[in-house]
Amino acid sequence: MKLSVWTYEGPPHVGALRVATAMTGLHYVLHAPQGDTYADLLFTMIERRNHRPPVTYTTFQARDLGSDTANLFKTACQAAYDRYQPQAMIVGASCTAELIQDDPGGMAETMGLPIPVIALDLPSYQRRENFGADETFFQIVRTLTKPMERSENVTANLIGPTALGFRHRDDIAEVTALLGHLGIDVNVVAPYGASPADVARLGAAHFNVLMYPETGESACRWLERELGQPYTRVVPIGVGATRDFVREVADLAGVAPKLDEGRLRLPWYSASVDSTYLTGKRVFIFGDGTHVATAARIARDEMGFEVVGMGCYNREQARMIRALARDYGVPALISDDHLEVEEKIEELSPELILGTQMERHIGKRLGIPCAVISAPVHVQDFPARYSPQMGIEGANVIFDTWVHPLVMGLEEHLLHMFRDDFEFNDGAGASHHGGHGAAAPAEPRVEAETSGTDGPIWCADAERELQKVPFFVRGKARRNTESFAATQGLHRIEVDTLYEAKAHYAR
Amino acid sequence: MTRQDPPPPTLGCRDTPVIKERGQHEVFCGLTGIIWLHRKMQDAFFLVVGSRTCAHLLQSAAGVMIFAEPRFGTAILEETDLAGLADAQVELEREVERLLSRRPDIRQLFLVGSCPSEVIKLDLSKAAQRLSAKHAPHVRVLNYSGSGIETTFTEGEDACLAAMVEALPHTNARQLIVVGALPDVVEDQALGLLDALGIENVRVLPARRRDDTLAVGPNTVFALTQPFLGGTAAALERRGARHIPATFPFGEEGTTAWLRAVSKEFGVEAQLFDAVTDAPRDRARRAVAQAAETLRDKSVFFFPDSQLEIPLARFLTRECGMTALEVGAPYIHKGLVGPDLDLLPEGPRLAEGQDVDKQLDRCMAGRPDLTVCGLGLANPLEAEGFATKWAIELVFSPVHFYEQAGDLAGLFSRPLRRRELLRLEAAE
Repeated sequence: MKLSVWTYEGPPHVGALRVATAMTGLHYVLHAPQGDTYADLLFTMIERRNHRPPVTYTTFQARDLGSDTANLFKTACQAAYDRYQPQAMIVGASCTAELIQDDPGGMAETMGLPIPVIALDLPSYQRRENFGADETFFQIVRTLTKPMERSENVTANLIGPTALGFRHRDDIAEVTALLGHLGIDVNVVAPYGASPADVARLGAAHFNVLMYPETGESACRWLERELGQPYTRVVPIGVGATRDFVREVADLAGVAPKLDEGRLRLPWYSASVDSTYLTGKRVFIFGDGTHVATAARIARDEMGFEVVGMGCYNREQARMIRALARDYGVPALISDDHLEVEEKIEELSPELILGTQMERHIGKRLGIPCAVISAPVHVQDFPARYSPQMGIEGANVIFDTWVHPLVMGLEEHLLHMFRDDFEFNDGAGASHHGGHGAAAPAEPRVEAETSGTDGPIWCADAERELQKVPFFVRGKARRNTESFAATQGLHRIEVDTLYEAKAHYAR
Repeated sequence: MTRQDPPPPTLGCRDTPVIKERGQHEVFCGLTGIIWLHRKMQDAFFLVVGSRTCAHLLQSAAGVMIFAEPRFGTAILEETDLAGLADAQVELEREVERLLSRRPDIRQLFLVGSCPSEVIKLDLSKAAQRLSAKHAPHVRVLNYSGSGIETTFTEGEDACLAAMVEALPHTNARQLIVVGALPDVVEDQALGLLDALGIENVRVLPARRRDDTLAVGPNTVFALTQPFLGGTAAALERRGARHIPATFPFGEEGTTAWLRAVSKEFGVEAQLFDAVTDAPRDRARRAVAQAAETLRDKSVFFFPDSQLEIPLARFLTRECGMTALEVGAPYIHKGLVGPDLDLLPEGPRLAEGQDVDKQLDRCMAGRPDLTVCGLGLANPLEAEGFATKWAIELVFSPVHFYEQAGDLAGLFSRPLRRRELLRLEAAE
């Protein structure tokens, strides 16, 4: 038993729902108690979909438990088939139905429906949403995809985008354009927008583009093994990654690499003098493994930030993130406990968080700016405008998104100079955010000597001097001073220590 | 001033046959009530003993994390708990210890059962007793079930309040308990009215903070502010208290009838009643009249959601001039909504339970001007050209009693006004 307040991932059947909702001509019959229909609103409200997800829930109640939940399932299955006439169905159980062991797959099989019925076995008490999506799509592919002749011209499938994915809608357009420029057509995008008939013809493509390893890797591996389709390893988020991706794809397709950088603005925006204030900003990165890994490269190599910590909530990517963190010389945090993430952020006191909806809240509480880079996300992260993360435009979008929460260059200087101005001060947050920027949390007035749990003691004068440092660098100043004091073997921090440290870390 | 209410309908809907359906129920489970209960009771923590789905529901239904540090959480059952490898009772006690040590401000802890905990028959009442004994008097531990197999949406609050009633001490004092979690501002208005009517010894359930002086007994009468509190009413009756039946206090008419029923019980003079209610009644009528301009002669279709459907249909038809096509409710407790059914003009279909696909067919066929439904259906219906009102807002907004009557009507008129405002059709 584990206490949880907020969760990064839903249960695995929500992953299956994301696949089913992304597709057309597929219906999901989910053996589930009344109440599990809440999941519909994830799609209709958060993602603003204008159709009900193609799901029938058996919604059994206590009075059904004693009698015949199995029959309820069969009735629901038959009614769903009759009403929706899908090309294929997936059937499975939610966490409660798993406990009553009705075996939806077995029952559906005995019904003799004239379409493929795919049974899902998603262990609710062990696995989570991303696994559910990955496994569901894999089972669909395994059942429906048959070997076939490759298309005459070079084509690729785009694998992994689902409903409720972070910017999946726009990433598809961006990657399609990248391939188009190389003269490669898209055979099928799946699961997003694909029908079972489309999944059946995945085999016509020459290779697969694995857009999101979280939700498409098992399918890609199977397609590689069974159909001999290679798949891409580079996820094209960021300038460098997009260039690498184009080279990788060109290799697979046997064509010359070609990338239209006419609209690419990130490199110049990053090089322009206004961006010098971004130099060495300390960032903490947290999210799903794929987005964290790509964000780390952008942060360090394309924005000039200093990555001070990273981590992911999906254990499936733990090994990759641990290895990457080692390369960056920072600790890796693999956890789906947001309180643990908050603790880590508090400890590292970064100047910017790149995270999920959850870290946005943590940032708000700690007064640290945050930009969202990964699911889980809320309604504001499904924007009306074209807003991809991948490819050329994705890089532009990322530059804007990450810079937006920060206090801008000259404003930062003014805050350093006149931090006590009654209407323009660091307590008010960045001025282009109206009243809603990340503002410094109220700090108690300094009365006496203070110390961390086991750190050096701050004498009152030094603490007061520290308070003169604007909030967005105060955390860094505190940390630097404390680690400087530690290396010098000092137990008390005086005003001089603060400035010694400042000189020591000057850059 | 005139206080002429429209005459009650000749038949009303009390004896209208009810369509009872069994199919997919597109409703929340009782855990959802925690979203408002944990705000209402400021020293309470709600610990759901359930699965990852329960935790995911709570954060999704809550509009995803609107509260920085919520006073609710989920003890997520894991494989080892199910396989009996871990003693779930011991595990639960450990999690509670950890929670209480982190949050010393908690005075009431609710262990909330879920579908999985009910199916594996985890005995939460035993756990609550043991934990209560251990942490008394500082923390009182109660348990109830918010599982979807036993409760639909607002029935979670009912189960919670019923559990609180069981734990109340006995009293022989003559008193009125106003039952139902209301927003503080509305509760204050209601108490103000009752006070002005000269009714003394009025208590509320649930109170904002743990109230060890609240008791119940044979001289207690109670009035419900929410129609979904059947279990709580039964629990109070078992303790000797008597229910004051009334329409529910929505709109001017509903509020007046509610106050009148309570006043009758306490022998309030008609003159005093009029003196106290005249001004707010007049205000409420004027406020409702504004929204009613948009709503008059329009049709409304209710999907089942919170059990507020029948009282609200009464309000919309009687006070706002709408026509009800179908009034669906998850559960129709005639003992509680009878007075509202009497006033609801005959005509609409009444439906209890749900087969959402069939009900959608009826909705499409009826083409109502306004459809009241859950969040899962609203956008799909809007995309089909139907104006909708998300039902969940009705339990998340202050809508009871006189001063909110205009706001309540406004919740229904806004979607219609919005459609009139937008000019988005493509050019010819």
